[in-house]
Amino acid sequence: MKSQRRFSLGSIGIVLYFILLLLPIYWMFTMSLKTNEEILGSLTFWPQNPTWANYRTIFTEEAWYSGYINSISYTLLNTVLSVSIALPAAYAFSRYRFLGDNHLFFWLLTNRMAPPAVFLLPFFQLYQNVGLYDTYWAVALAHLLFNVPLAVWILEGFMSGVPKEIDETAAIDGYSFARFFFRIFLPLIRSGVGVTAFFCFMFSWVELLLARTLTSVAAKPIAATMTRTVSASGIDWGLLAAAGVLTIVPGALVIWFVRDYIAKGFALGRV
Amino acid sequence: MQKTFNNRAWLLVLPVVLSVAFSAIIPLMTVVNYSVQDILGPQQRVWVGNEWFVDTIRDAELRAAFGRNLLFSLEVLLLEIPLGILIALGLPATGWRASLALVLIALPLLIPWNVVGTIWQIFGRADIGLGGYFVNNVLSIDYNYTLEANDAWYTILLMDVWHWTPLVALLAYAGLRAIPDAYYQAARIDAARPWSIFWYIQLPKLRGVLLIALLLRFMDSFMIYTEPFVITGGGPGTATTFLSIYLSNIAVGQFDLGNAAAFSLIYFLFIQVFCYIFYTIIERVGQGSKG
Repeated sequence: MKSQRRFSLGSIGIVLYFILLLLPIYWMFTMSLKTNEEILGSLTFWPQNPTWANYRTIFTEEAWYSGYINSISYTLLNTVLSVSIALPAAYAFSRYRFLGDNHLFFWLLTNRMAPPAVFLLPFFQLYQNVGLYDTYWAVALAHLLFNVPLAVWILEGFMSGVPKEIDETAAIDGYSFARFFFRIFLPLIRSGVGVTAFFCFMFSWVELLLARTLTSVAAKPIAATMTRTVSASGIDWGLLAAAGVLTIVPGALVIWFVRDYIAKGFALGRV
Repeated sequence: MQKTFNNRAWLLVLPVVLSVAFSAIIPLMTVVNYSVQDILGPQQRVWVGNEWFVDTIRDAELRAAFGRNLLFSLEVLLLEIPLGILIALGLPATGWRASLALVLIALPLLIPWNVVGTIWQIFGRADIGLGGYFVNNVLSIDYNYTLEANDAWYTILLMDVWHWTPLVALLAYAGLRAIPDAYYQAARIDAARPWSIFWYIQLPKLRGVLLIALLLRFMDSFMIYTEPFVITGGGPGTATTFLSIYLSNIAVGQFDLGNAAAFSLIYFLFIQVFCYIFYTIIERVGQGSKG
């Protein structure tokens, strides 16, 4: 009896939390379907005359949709790079002890702690000097700074869950290391690779300060494009909201595919 | 797992070290360079030694921003960690409801940070935002985040709780699912109350993931930049001028590279030392309770 009541109280709390969680997102979504007259005219809980005009603008003007293509391009490039260089490192951390391994790990993590606002100028100078400024590569490489430590950390957790006897058996059976790694080991930690890729995608997708600094025209991210909504006649709220809604879509799609692995990904982490 | 000592493992780690070092060490060295010189032009620079550092430590406005940021991080941690644990405890454990809940909860984490700012900028406005309208007209509290210092502060705080509690909740949820069923069975045999199950089984088992949550939230809230920049731009006055905003104002706005560089080094060091101490303490405590 008692536990029944607790349960229902908890459920009400959770439902309430989800409503509060979704309300601001819902508000932006309804706004994207309204005209500017309706937004500024009166407060309406749902659009009176739903219009797709804001979305049409984004999908037909190149200045708009190229922002999305650029953002997705460097995010995917970064995800592939992060996972492929983190795989061997995570294997090393999970299988061997070596000189300075713990210090190296803490150093990797400290790179997440650098205050970005002041490192912008050095970053800008560095990438301009090596000739990568305003390319997908510049952003993808810069984002390695915080994605690689995370990727190593998650992958190491998954790899430690695979018994070392498998490595030894494969060696006795005459597998070369490369063949063992790709044919036997990787399939065993498939879900770990999926989770890692998800987190790399997510952190690269949401980071915009570095992305904006390292690009100007050719690789301009969607965040920079969104400032176009501010003009002499004020802010185009409807367009801004539509652009915002579209930035949520790629993330929501990715998360749907990896939903069952997310919980596992953290649970098997290093700590 | 028994690990063998093998220094050749460095070869496997090398790509990671090189790629991270490229983006970490070269910019850091540039900042160190700025912090000890006065840069007058591309070819003109004067060695000033520790002058910027002394200058920076005496800067009253900077100290105020530092204190403000510390308070903000503290409030963020006090709100988000308990709330995240509560949510994780309340979430369904299996079935389609669990999947749906996870997807919905993770949604704020996948929104680009400037869009999070935009969402709250819209939502909090009294004229066109539901939240601002509700507070002003239904609760009839005078609320305007662009004019009132306190309102701006609470708006940013609420936004951060909205944005980042899901991360704590996901971590705690993952930690809870990793507790073997045998623990709960033992508790049932002992007829343990829910509170003691939480205190003696769940909370100790969550130590690892909560440590990660605490560290991540501390680091990120201490360098918060994009969201307050979009919502309030640091205002009204200096009410929400957090450290990163103040630093980028002096670095980019006034082009005082020396000051900005000197302080960002102090800032970086502070976070590192704090995290290291914190990490070590928690590790020690954990070892103690195991043995």
